Amino acid sequence: MEELFKLVPLVVFLPVIGLLVNIIFGGRMGEKAIGAVASAASGLAFVVSILLGIALWTGHGEAHVVPFADWIKIGTLDIPWNFRVDTLSVTMMLAVSCVGTLIHIYAIGYMHEDVRFKKDEKRYRRFFVFMNLFIAMMMILVSGDSYLMLFVGWEGVGLCSFLLIGFWYDMDTLGRPSWANANAAKKAFITNRIGDFGFLLAGMAMFWYFGSVQFGEVFGIAEQIAAAQPGVIVAITLFMLIGVAGKSAQIPLYVWLPDAMAGPTPVSALIHAATMVTAGVYLVARSWPLYSLVPNAQYIVAMVGAVTALFAATIAVGQYDIKKVLAYSTISQLGFMVAAVGMGAYVAGMFHLVTHAFFKALLFLSAGSVILGLERGHHHLAHHDSHQEGHKGHEDVFDPGDMRNMGGLRKRMPVTFWLYLIGTLALAGIFPFAGFWSKDEILLDARLHYPGVYWLLTIAAFFTAFYMGRQIWMVFFGKPRHEAAAHAQESKPIITAPLMVLAALSILGGALNLPFEGFHNLTHWLEHTIEGVEGLPLNWGVAGLSTLLALIAIFISWLIYGRKPLETGQKDPLKKPLGFIFTGMENKWFVDEGYQAVFLKPYTAISRFLAEVVDWRFWHDWFHEKVIAGTYNWLSNNVLSLAIDTRGIDAFFNGLGALVKQAAVGLRRIQNGFVRSYALAVLLGVVVMLGYLLLK
Amino acid sequence: MSVDLILFIILALVAIATAAGMLLSRSAIYAALFLVLNFATVAVFYLILNAPFIALTQVTVYAGAIMVLFLFVIMLLGSEKLPKTENLPWQRPLAVGLAVILVAETVYLLLFRNADTATIQRAVESFGNPQAIGEFLFDKYLLPFEITSVLLLVAMVGAIVMTKKEKGGQE
Amino acid sequence: MVPVTYYLALSAILFTMGALGVLIRRNALIIFMSVELMLNAANLAFVAFTRTFEILDGQVFVFFVMAVAAAEVAVGLALIVAIFRSKRSIDVDQMSSLKG
Repeated sequence: MEELFKLVPLVVFLPVIGLLVNIIFGGRMGEKAIGAVASAASGLAFVVSILLGIALWTGHGEAHVVPFADWIKIGTLDIPWNFRVDTLSVTMMLAVSCVGTLIHIYAIGYMHEDVRFKKDEKRYRRFFVFMNLFIAMMMILVSGDSYLMLFVGWEGVGLCSFLLIGFWYDMDTLGRPSWANANAAKKAFITNRIGDFGFLLAGMAMFWYFGSVQFGEVFGIAEQIAAAQPGVIVAITLFMLIGVAGKSAQIPLYVWLPDAMAGPTPVSALIHAATMVTAGVYLVARSWPLYSLVPNAQYIVAMVGAVTALFAATIAVGQYDIKKVLAYSTISQLGFMVAAVGMGAYVAGMFHLVTHAFFKALLFLSAGSVILGLERGHHHLAHHDSHQEGHKGHEDVFDPGDMRNMGGLRKRMPVTFWLYLIGTLALAGIFPFAGFWSKDEILLDARLHYPGVYWLLTIAAFFTAFYMGRQIWMVFFGKPRHEAAAHAQESKPIITAPLMVLAALSILGGALNLPFEGFHNLTHWLEHTIEGVEGLPLNWGVAGLSTLLALIAIFISWLIYGRKPLETGQKDPLKKPLGFIFTGMENKWFVDEGYQAVFLKPYTAISRFLAEVVDWRFWHDWFHEKVIAGTYNWLSNNVLSLAIDTRGIDAFFNGLGALVKQAAVGLRRIQNGFVRSYALAVLLGVVVMLGYLLLK
Repeated sequence: MSVDLILFIILALVAIATAAGMLLSRSAIYAALFLVLNFATVAVFYLILNAPFIALTQVTVYAGAIMVLFLFVIMLLGSEKLPKTENLPWQRPLAVGLAVILVAETVYLLLFRNADTATIQRAVESFGNPQAIGEFLFDKYLLPFEITSVLLLVAMVGAIVMTKKEKGGQE
Repeated sequence: MVPVTYYLALSAILFTMGALGVLIRRNALIIFMSVELMLNAANLAFVAFTRTFEILDGQVFVFFVMAVAAAEVAVGLALIVAIFRSKRSIDVDQMSSLKG
């Protein structure tokens, strides 16, 4: 069994091999082969994760550190690349690879249609290469044994997020040529960068004060450092919170996630629902020794999570795009998770992480199925109309994700409907679906330790149920509000089959940590890594209240949206009663506009100023051209060339020549050809010599 | 004031006078004749100085051969009048000046740097006679003697070659 | 007897006059004759010294000088005749084509 631990590098390198195969040979393989290779890579990583889990199980959950390679070795500084196999990391590995594999299989069918709709078949291979890269990076993140390796994976998944959000980089979501998708990818990357900055500060502070970034060493001396300089731990944990806010889309850095819906739906499912965004939660869970030393920071984390949960839930109520609703729902649920780990309820947070992965992936993929169904209907219509003469084709701009174009899809796409319903019930926290168990555990923990958090989360749960109900009524019930919806077609089994697996997991996922005596499986499992967690028994009060609120919310949503279904072009019924509140919800509380005005406009202005005025006009035009180049030219032309060279050196040598010439002209007159004068010269010489000899 | 001295002074004056006459005469023939007289005077000096062979050689070679040769050439081409234009105006003053300086230097040398001013003793009879000179000539100075003969030959050949009329040449 | 200094003085004077003649006169023949005068003056000095030191080497030397002078005159006059043929003049000032 010990040998199985040595397999852990494979969880990283199997997806790498998958992506390399697709890069090198993908041109010659067909679509099915590419998808199969990618899914197989992810699936094999899942198998390895299972083997690691088994090895841990038989080894009584002891953590194993598997050294892999030396990375940084400078003097006495030694930061190697080691793998850490403990219950926490294996939990993450299993969740990521399981959901990841299912999404890969789904994407085979989804991308087949998507590239056809967007008329660029060649990008199919690229998609799967990036997806495998993402799995590899996520695995590096969860399997690393040091904050540095975690950060490598952190950055890597950020990169993959950028690549995949901007997959259709030259279009917007409706397929028109635009910068929109590229901007969304940029926004994600840059916002994440701000979070990464926080993470880096935490990492640097950790290295400075702890002298190491390895988990074992850091956690070992955490208590000493806390006793000596408590401010350090507070600083580190709060800086890490900034990173969490970026990666896990909390306030104030959540703004990238709704825009990230510009990417293909499998991307939204995998990265922005199930795995990447949970990296922040994992980070806090992993850093539990640090957080448990600073209750103040824990409170801040919990409040950030709770406020985000409520805030995002309110925005979701006013959204019309099916994926945007789910995006804000993700932010809200991440708020739940962050609040949970912030409060110290690490198990509850991880439990919710896993169940949320199941049902949110299910919801996103089903939404993808709905969108494809509408696309097929629209396409069918366009073809149909073009065969008829005199009838205007529906080739104008059509948004297949707008819920106002949907309606009555229950009849046209029944399989998708049931799957979506299962996901909704799980998310709303209805007994006995998975969401009920995990959310209630969080609420229970909150009730016991942080009442403020508890109330915020409960209200958020109410809104969650409400907007999900709204979505169900708007999409699947009533009459179709657009021709495309009326002609929507059900998706193929390759798309619906993975969804069924996810649906099963959403139903049964609660079994991971049933709050009954003898059942706290996940708690016991994670206990090996996280000390001090205890499995709380089920509190019927809390559970009952939350379920009741959810049912009330669904009922209210039925009253508003279900009883009198929306007509085509009708405004949202909530608009008039709520007035400006609904406008706020619709427009995301104008947060993006606020950021634009406060941060982006001045920044752009400053950088424009620096570029144009300082760099070009001052530095280049004036300083370089006039001062440096001008001085140099003046120096070389006037001083060196004219004054020194021409007037000085040339004149000197010309003068020498002239002098010689003058001398020659002068001396030439001695050669007058007259012998007598030569004789005179001889006599002169004789006289002089004689005189000299006489006078000597 | 012995007879030798008076004789010397008179002869010296004659020598100088004839030399001056050679210098200053307008006609070349007169100059040549003056020079002949000068040579004769110098021959007498040689006799006084106990060099009879040299004296006669002087008369024979210098006055007899060389000056005759001169006279021949003068008669051939020397009697034309030279143009009056003076190309070198400063030549004459400078030359005279230099000559004066030279004389002055010589006087200075003779008067103040003279190591030995002993008078000449009376010499033996056979001091400068041909036999004595012959003994020297063919004994110690044989090589120069032979070379001088070659020299004379060369001079002869040269003179003939130079004055030969070219057959159809630039003449 | 007459001191040798007197003879030397005379020799010097004759020599100077010969030099003067070379420099001043323009007739080539006169110049040549002045050169002979200079040679003669030198001969006189030689003989005077012979008489003073009672060795005959000086007189032998004078003998050689005369021989050389004779040869020189022969060649020189031949030269002057040759020049006269081309230049039709014996004015040394006319022979200044080496003027630089």
